[in-house]
Amino acid sequence: MSIDTINNDFADLFEQGKSLLEENSSKFMNTKREEAFEQFKKLGVPTLANENYKYTNLVPAFDHPYTVDLQYRTVIGDLNELFYCDVPELDTNLVLLSNGWYYNQNRKLETPEGVIVCSLQEAAEKHSEIFEKHYGKYAKPNEEGLVALNTALAKDGVFIYVPKNVVVEKPIQVINLLRSDRDLMATQRNLVVIEENAQAKLIFCDHTLTHNKYLSNTVSEINVAKNAVFDLYTLQNQHLNATVLNSVFIRQEANSNVLSNTLSLYGGLIRNNHYTLFDGEHCENHTYGMYLMDRNQHVDNFTFADHAQPNCVSNEHFKGVMDDEATAAFTGKIHVRRDAQKTEAYQSNNNLLLSDTAVINTKPQLIIDADDVKCSHGATVGQMDDDALFYLRARGIHEEEARMMLMFAFAHEIIEKIRIDALKDRIDELVEKRLRGEISKCNTCAIACNQ
Amino acid sequence: MLSIKNLHASINGKEILKGINLEIKPGEVHAIMGPNGAGKSTLASVLAGRELFDVTDGEVVFEQKDLLDLSPEDRAKEGIFLGFQYPIEIPGVSTVNFMKTAVNEHRKYKGLEPHKASDFLKLMRDKKALVEIDSNLTNRSVNEGFSGGEKKKNEIFQMAMLEPKLAVLDETDSGLDIDALRIVANGVNKLKTSENATVVITHYQRLLDYIVPDVVHVLFDGRIVKTAGKELALELEEKGYDWIKEELVK
Repeated sequence: MSIDTINNDFADLFEQGKSLLEENSSKFMNTKREEAFEQFKKLGVPTLANENYKYTNLVPAFDHPYTVDLQYRTVIGDLNELFYCDVPELDTNLVLLSNGWYYNQNRKLETPEGVIVCSLQEAAEKHSEIFEKHYGKYAKPNEEGLVALNTALAKDGVFIYVPKNVVVEKPIQVINLLRSDRDLMATQRNLVVIEENAQAKLIFCDHTLTHNKYLSNTVSEINVAKNAVFDLYTLQNQHLNATVLNSVFIRQEANSNVLSNTLSLYGGLIRNNHYTLFDGEHCENHTYGMYLMDRNQHVDNFTFADHAQPNCVSNEHFKGVMDDEATAAFTGKIHVRRDAQKTEAYQSNNNLLLSDTAVINTKPQLIIDADDVKCSHGATVGQMDDDALFYLRARGIHEEEARMMLMFAFAHEIIEKIRIDALKDRIDELVEKRLRGEISKCNTCAIACNQ
Repeated sequence: MLSIKNLHASINGKEILKGINLEIKPGEVHAIMGPNGAGKSTLASVLAGRELFDVTDGEVVFEQKDLLDLSPEDRAKEGIFLGFQYPIEIPGVSTVNFMKTAVNEHRKYKGLEPHKASDFLKLMRDKKALVEIDSNLTNRSVNEGFSGGEKKKNEIFQMAMLEPKLAVLDETDSGLDIDALRIVANGVNKLKTSENATVVITHYQRLLDYIVPDVVHVLFDGRIVKTAGKELALELEEKGYDWIKEELVK
């Protein structure tokens, strides 16, 4: 199938499914939907001709007769029973999504007063003032075909609102369960609003519970207001038949502090678009990422730090371990706008290649229009350090174990940035399992996956 | 304990060791001296099993075993310890985890159970005190950001933890000030027993004021050209290496 056929199929889907798409969606969402569809008609699904997608061919991933749910599909069985997260001591406010839709039997959360965690559909109706202030404001459907497609098809996802001065101690964990008896394309749309001086930590986990082929096209918009502190952890651990397209748009207001860590442990094809807009002074941002890929897996991290205001600091570090025929790409775009003086923007990408056939394309892209800034970028691609390996072996450590220690140390630099201890420990454990070639799933997930 | 016969080794086709013969018995301290490029560090690396070097001829028997047949890790577990001239920094690997893994691999090799956590920590404490190494060094990643002296102390600490039969200390004195030199030498001396042996590879005599050798060898152009008692070291200090070259020409 050619890209034109794929784009035309989406156009047909939109036209024919229009009444279903608009059903249960707010007028505001439907207006955005209409605009986005027009943009999608112009942009289409990104192809290799698009500079930002030069190393990731999405056509084979889209070239498949997926089922698309335009309405909430009733979940058979109780997801709370079917699935629970068994991470020891990881005490979270757990929210389940089913194929991108907010699960209608989610348990009640123990969040401080004023905090809202609900479905996007519900938020659009019940909390329209907040919703309409933020929805569609940060994502860029006019630049990004996947975002246009998401906005055109989006009906649900999670909505999180943390009011002014409220600190949510317990992390909010949103687990999207891909569970279907048919090959499925899921469109998930999330909106997170962290008000002034508030604090919250959010964990996004994605799990595939059946062996079907999946494509998920997710967009999250996140606004972090003045003085707020926000952590975002994205854990990607799907099977080889899953395509994950994940676009995150973060806007930071003055003096806010954001830490984002995207951990790609497993998956067929993963594309992360990570945008941060510095829209106030004295913001601090740490964007981390780690990917462990083998077989013929592919991961592409595209990041964009948009320094629109002065005196902000951004620090970005992505690391990857690649084996077999795995391929990866990293693009780190930093734009320091003309008035954004005293910006400090740092970026690095380090890769460890374990085979002769693994490939990484890494590309820093710095556009600096201000004259008083500190910016740096660095990329390394290397093999295992033979001197270090010999040093460990010379102390009696078996070669395999020594390799393992070095790989783990390499990855741990990113893991240690996680500010939730129980999660950090679990990721350490999963990464170690993964590097030892074992199943990197938590026990309950592994059982649920029947793997 | 160690018997080296006619050992030849080369790197990228260039022969560095051109027929080494050396016998070491338990309880002995041997010093190997010689000018730069003589092959001292190559000898140490070959004994430890560095695959960079090709052994082209000769044999090395250690405790009745053909050493050249063993992997670096098995040589270590058989009791060979190489004190590196340039210890490697390994960010992200904690010294504690490194040593725990190494010590337990040694124990497994000997058919022993791994140490209990409390026993291991006690062992660490005792050995740290023995070699006068700071806890804040062992709490960090292996050698990361250590000064030259700290790295060498850490080598002696690892030696204390692993209790080798034969320690080969490659230029352990290089880059040390006199205090660090004293501490390192003290550590080596404290670990000395009648059962183990030490080979000290050095360029200068000054380390040998602290670690007194039973035998001194001069390595020159890939061969041991002179072997004598500790007085040889003093003679070398005084006269340099040129007189040996002249003797060889004769």
